[in-house]
Amino acid sequence: MMQTQSTWLPRNLSHFWRRLRALTIKEFRQLIRDKSNLAIGIFLPIALILLFGYGLSLDIRNAPVAIVLEDGAPMARDVVAGLRGSDYIAPRYVTTMAEAEALMRGRQVDGIVRIPSDFSRQLAQGRGTVQLVVHGTDAATAASLRGYVSAAIDGWNKRRADSAGRVSAAPGVELVDRLWFNSANSSTWYLVPGLIVLIMTLVGGFLTSMVIAREWERGTMEALFVTPVRSLEILLAKIIPYFAVGMGGLTLCLVAARGLFHVPLHGSLWVLMVSSMLYLMVALSLGLLISAAARNQFLASQVAVIITFLPALMLSGFLFDLHNVPTGIQKVASILPATYYVELARMSFLAGDNLNLIVRDWTILVVQFAVLITGARLRTKKTLDR
Amino acid sequence: MTTTALTVDAKDVVKRFKGAVGGPALNGITLSIPKGQLTALVGPDGAGKTTLIRLIAGLMKPDSGSLYTLGIDVAAKPQEVQDLISYMPQRFGLYEDLSVMENLNLYADLHGVPMDERRERFDRMLSMTDMAAFTNRLAGNLSGGMKQKLGLACTLVRSPRLLLLDEPTVGVDPLSRRELWRIVQQLVEEEGLPVIVSTAYMDEAERCKHVIVMTEGQVLAQGTPDELCRPAKGRCFVAYPREGELARTLQARLIDDKRHVLDAVPESGAVRFIQAGGTEPRDLEGILLGARCEATPSRLEDGVMTLLRERATQDGHEDAVETKSSSVQLDTKDSIELIKVRDLVRQFGSFTAVASTSFSVRRGEIFGLLGPNGAGKTTTFRMLCGLLPATSGFLEVAGFNLRTARAPARARIGYVSQKFALYGNLSVTENLTFFGGAYGLGRQELNAQVERALDEFQLREKKDERSGELPGGFKQRLAMATALIHRPEILFLDEPTSGIDPLARRAFWRRITTLAAEGTTIIVTTHFMEEAEYCDRIVIQDAGRLLAIGTPHEVRSQASGAANMNEAFLEIIKKARESRPTGATAVEA
Repeated sequence: MMQTQSTWLPRNLSHFWRRLRALTIKEFRQLIRDKSNLAIGIFLPIALILLFGYGLSLDIRNAPVAIVLEDGAPMARDVVAGLRGSDYIAPRYVTTMAEAEALMRGRQVDGIVRIPSDFSRQLAQGRGTVQLVVHGTDAATAASLRGYVSAAIDGWNKRRADSAGRVSAAPGVELVDRLWFNSANSSTWYLVPGLIVLIMTLVGGFLTSMVIAREWERGTMEALFVTPVRSLEILLAKIIPYFAVGMGGLTLCLVAARGLFHVPLHGSLWVLMVSSMLYLMVALSLGLLISAAARNQFLASQVAVIITFLPALMLSGFLFDLHNVPTGIQKVASILPATYYVELARMSFLAGDNLNLIVRDWTILVVQFAVLITGARLRTKKTLDR
Repeated sequence: MTTTALTVDAKDVVKRFKGAVGGPALNGITLSIPKGQLTALVGPDGAGKTTLIRLIAGLMKPDSGSLYTLGIDVAAKPQEVQDLISYMPQRFGLYEDLSVMENLNLYADLHGVPMDERRERFDRMLSMTDMAAFTNRLAGNLSGGMKQKLGLACTLVRSPRLLLLDEPTVGVDPLSRRELWRIVQQLVEEEGLPVIVSTAYMDEAERCKHVIVMTEGQVLAQGTPDELCRPAKGRCFVAYPREGELARTLQARLIDDKRHVLDAVPESGAVRFIQAGGTEPRDLEGILLGARCEATPSRLEDGVMTLLRERATQDGHEDAVETKSSSVQLDTKDSIELIKVRDLVRQFGSFTAVASTSFSVRRGEIFGLLGPNGAGKTTTFRMLCGLLPATSGFLEVAGFNLRTARAPARARIGYVSQKFALYGNLSVTENLTFFGGAYGLGRQELNAQVERALDEFQLREKKDERSGELPGGFKQRLAMATALIHRPEILFLDEPTSGIDPLARRAFWRRITTLAAEGTTIIVTTHFMEEAEYCDRIVIQDAGRLLAIGTPHEVRSQASGAANMNEAFLEIIKKARESRPTGATAVEA
């Protein structure tokens, strides 16, 4: 494809730097003067931080739960006592299941915990059962509620086992694995690293997706081509300012994470920074590739949303745990750069550095960057032929 | 690499576009352009002028044939060529969010102009373009003419070995046009700079040493302007209409006689025409009807028109305007005033776009609005169409006050905007039907009008094609047909002929004169001053003020001694600007 080296590789380095500097200054000026860029680069991250940090939460607080105590034995009361002390559940005691079902239908409670009348008897035989009915219309709340109730019962089991030295009699209970590193059980902690991924994707993929297309649309590309400029210089000059904006967004998110939401940083800061830079380079080169291929701002921005932002939101493991999705989607997720960055960011914030993971994910990101930037370069040949 | 004395050396260059219908964009171009001269590329739309320039600049590769620019094989080493040349595309790539100075500096950096040279060069460019006072203004806030001048300044931040200009004066007013050419000519004289320029203006081509006439991807003829005048030699005449006859009526009769007349245009109250080969004086008697007729020397435009018309006749496809007998002529003198404008003012913030303007337009008149870019034409136009409210003043269109009854006034007008404003992915018929429906035509009426439009504007053969993919001439006809679908009393046309070649312009004006003869009132803006001769009356605006109003003859005599409308226009604007105390020009368009 590269017919002559001279069309993109500058022979004279001082000329290269001078042109790159001129183009970069131009890009910075355009970036600053275009208000829509500022809105996406600065106001959107702030809005997202506040929205995700304060507004959107996967936690439940004081979820109303009906407790049906059909068995009045002290042992049965003791089991449900564990639920009362929690911030997450607001118990409402009723005596019959019918009553509880009525509350549930009226959506006055999100779930029912039923202690059957033969609970004490069965428990004595070693297999006491507690029935949990959860309102299934809101899957996230349902899952959380299930988690809290089983955690509470599990806790009771443990205490009982400790005190009595007996094998647990409660039905199989387990903690949801995502709570492992989330010691405060807070989804804000869990969302903020993902939020950084989203913002980097927006700046890298979405903003840059328009910059080359804009030059084609406004006819500036044609004028630029008939100058000594090399296509590599055009690409680099576009990467530099948006890289700066992306790092600015990252800083904003880090300050918010630490200052506003007190998210711990278990890993080292420099690992997080290097991971972020690598991901940003991948996102930028993907944005440039889209832009160079589309040559039309509207199309480019649509494509960018569909192939960078939405997958980063839905498929990277940011919102939905990738262990629980079908294999096909796992395959798609495994080629998304965002997947690896989400993994790295979560590791840095919540788990602490893991050398194997770092080496593997960094390598993948570097390879992806190399492939994408080469694609963008080949797509920005100095020719009007398509 | 060979050093040669040729700026451009092309042999059998062929260029095809993927997926394009019809013949190749360039179909075997063989050319040699010697060093150090001003060369013009002329020819109808789609002749391949832009493609040829892009190939010369190394922006595209030819499919076959060889092309050397400045002795370099441009297909193999485009960057080497691009390091040496400067090129101004049709839509020059100014960065609208950068200031004048930032644009200049950017291009100077890209071309590697050293700082010490830069100051002197910039000073010269800024004074040549009269922009020294605007260096901090954002390019996006300049008027069309000034943008074009800044584009030229940016392409000329260094002395190139070759300058390529692709239609640099499309949509540019005569004043800015003259200034642009002054800059180019100065550079040619002082630096011996070779320039290749494509243009739709024959008076611009006439200033060049060498003219290349292209059509359908081929070179039809080339030579000096004098040489290219030859085909029309001895065949050019000026006919003076009889007392009481409009020049355009005589012109219409002449241009309709395709067998004997190759071209006819109104000029300075008379009609200039070219006889077809083998035409005897008596062949024209029935058309001239006793109008006095004089031979006149041929000009470049005559020669080119002759070449193009004869070629088109050979190929047997001509964009003939089928006109019904144009004998219908309303007596416009005492008919009703359809548009009344009194003390019209429009301000944008502190900027006065239109200042206290008064005029009226009678039914069936062709009324021209002329003025430099940013003179207030478009603003006046939009107020007349009810698209923009006036700040103050009285405005009545078709008997309706636009302040109180905008909707009923709008139903009586048709509007053709500068850009193609139809739905490109709808077919011809769908566009017509949609706009007819939007104007509230009933089903029967609508069908009848669509059928009529398909015939009247010769759109039937393409009626099911997507309108976005139509050739330029068809697009323009469709735009007019759509604007006329509801049979409006008044038709507004905003720069309808910008960027259109002379042949298509003749056909366009023939249609307009027919419409006017049938009683439609036409309001038109144009940058082609000679087109003012088709108008009954014209106004000249500058900086929002009305400088002249009257028949073309009256306006010409207002600028004493002006031989044609272009000179009259320049003279009137110049005088008005000199008398103004500050000498400030309106820049915001």
